[in-house]
Amino acid sequence: MVENRPFLNVLTHLVLILGVAVVVFPVYVAFIASTQAPGTFFRGVTPLLPGPAMVENYAHMLTEGMSTSGAPPLWLMLINSTWMAIIITGGKIAISIISAYAIVYFKFPFRTLAFWIIFVTLMLPVEVRIIPTFAVVSNLGLLNSYVGLTLPLIASATATFLFRQFFLTIPDELMEAARVDGAGPIKFFKDILLPLSRTNIAALSVIMFIYGWVQYLWPLLVTTDSRYYTIVMGIKRMAAYADQQPQWHLVMAAVILAMLPPVLVVIFMQRLFVKGLVETEK
Amino acid sequence: MARIEISGVSKVYPGNVEAIKDLSLSINDGELVVLVGPSGCGKSTLLRMIAGLETITGGTISIGETVVNKLEPAERDIAMVFQNYALYPHMSVRGNLEYGLKNRGTQRAEIDKRVADAARILEIEAFLDRKPRQLSGGQRQRVAMGRAIVRQPKAFLFDEPLSNLDAKLRAHMRVEIRRLQRALGTTSVYVTHDQLEAMTLADKLVVMNGGVIEQVGKPLDVYSDPQSLFVAAFMGSPGMNLIDIESLRAIGADLPGSIPTATGTVGVRPEDIVLEKPAGPHLTIAATLDAVELVGSESLVYANAKGIEKDIILRSSGIHRGNPGDVLALHIPHSALHSFARESGRKVAAA
Repeated sequence: MVENRPFLNVLTHLVLILGVAVVVFPVYVAFIASTQAPGTFFRGVTPLLPGPAMVENYAHMLTEGMSTSGAPPLWLMLINSTWMAIIITGGKIAISIISAYAIVYFKFPFRTLAFWIIFVTLMLPVEVRIIPTFAVVSNLGLLNSYVGLTLPLIASATATFLFRQFFLTIPDELMEAARVDGAGPIKFFKDILLPLSRTNIAALSVIMFIYGWVQYLWPLLVTTDSRYYTIVMGIKRMAAYADQQPQWHLVMAAVILAMLPPVLVVIFMQRLFVKGLVETEK
Repeated sequence: MARIEISGVSKVYPGNVEAIKDLSLSINDGELVVLVGPSGCGKSTLLRMIAGLETITGGTISIGETVVNKLEPAERDIAMVFQNYALYPHMSVRGNLEYGLKNRGTQRAEIDKRVADAARILEIEAFLDRKPRQLSGGQRQRVAMGRAIVRQPKAFLFDEPLSNLDAKLRAHMRVEIRRLQRALGTTSVYVTHDQLEAMTLADKLVVMNGGVIEQVGKPLDVYSDPQSLFVAAFMGSPGMNLIDIESLRAIGADLPGSIPTATGTVGVRPEDIVLEKPAGPHLTIAATLDAVELVGSESLVYANAKGIEKDIILRSSGIHRGNPGDVLALHIPHSALHSFARESGRKVAAA
């Protein structure tokens, strides 16, 4: 719209500010809470101004964790979560780009069927197949391992589908030109397709990293050894224990730390992310 | 550089769709052959079969001395220029030119030399380091040509390379392609649906229709002596006027006595119809002017004759000043008449 009405400007900004406030307020409360000294919360009033104990809280959580609730130091859980998210992202991208390549560029029997089977799994989230998956992972002896944490989450219909759609927009002549130029299937993939998918890969990586990071139910099931705890499930363990008030100041410090990596990923990948979603470089 | 020999080639798509039917054609070394025809006539399919992008159902194609039926496109030693250029968008112009050579393991020094030569010939030196999307249509077209040239292949295959350009640039590039092909002397096959392009470029013109060759010959021969109704109507813009002989007889036109008895249709080129009475033997049709198209250098006059279904089109040089409804006398010299057989539509020779 090219209208220029001061009143409308003020109104739209007010609405936007209100929206931002609604979203940011809980985060703010969490941050404030994480700076309070122990005991502040027992008074029953949630403080809205920073407390004095920020450095101690964070240092305590990072190095020692909450031994009372069986949670290891945060740095370990952060590393576990990072590993899990990175392996899931890498695995998902690698597998789905290869399957999309096969489905789009190769003629083989039951090709369409293969695509539809992949597509149908879109409708089955992890939670639906969680018990058989758990049985398989457990029988393979993969409980309490990075493999067990990540492998069942790697197959991705969404990413395969997105790569397929992207490949379909690449003109066939490009593949034919490459064939005439002496590029075999692998060379074509490496020299032409992969560079062209760069922005799509970046955008998907961001989405997949966050998907991997926020996994909760699956890590809760397959890890019993605290060495393999991830941060998202770890927070749950900290917050819930029977005969004591949760130590909210420490829990909130963990929450803030858990939020940080995805935020950083989004901030640093933002340019590529947006490019991958809107731009088609052809 | 090599001969291309196509013998008895056919292409059947799944579902028994026959795109090419038992087609034979030989292309001499250094010749520029243009395949022309309406869309769906199989000309692109034939080109893609020569390139190896389409499998061959029957018959053989050989390039040089080798039968290439089973060879991959890269092994056939051909280069292809695509309609949408098919430049690799993420590579610089130089990268595009080099790619095919690199894949063949050509020495670095040799690659640099060939790229430099091609860039000089095509005048694209200034943007060797740009990406294709920073180039105009004509420049991309040159890069696509360059990619073919650097390979120094046995044959160039052009798949409607100029149809994405505007009219002016197309005319310009047409001349350039002709000049370049002459200079390099590389055997070339060129597919187009534009009969003007076909006429001006070809050493040998191949008119195709429905998966078969209608006529092969020098462009002017094909134009002035079409062997079938299809070629007569397809070549030329507008095409030949085709008139049922019975309707001419019915209006008492003065047909030559020598006209073959098998004739079903007679044809006459728009430029052969005159409005002033010619000296030699001729026939005359009275017609009403329907419309005039002023092209600038010439006028196309559409006239309607009683008893003849279609408008007769005549081309007169300069500007024709007539109004719809004017009565014209159309004179057709006997020597300008083409006769086509009633059933087959093939040309019948004068008795």
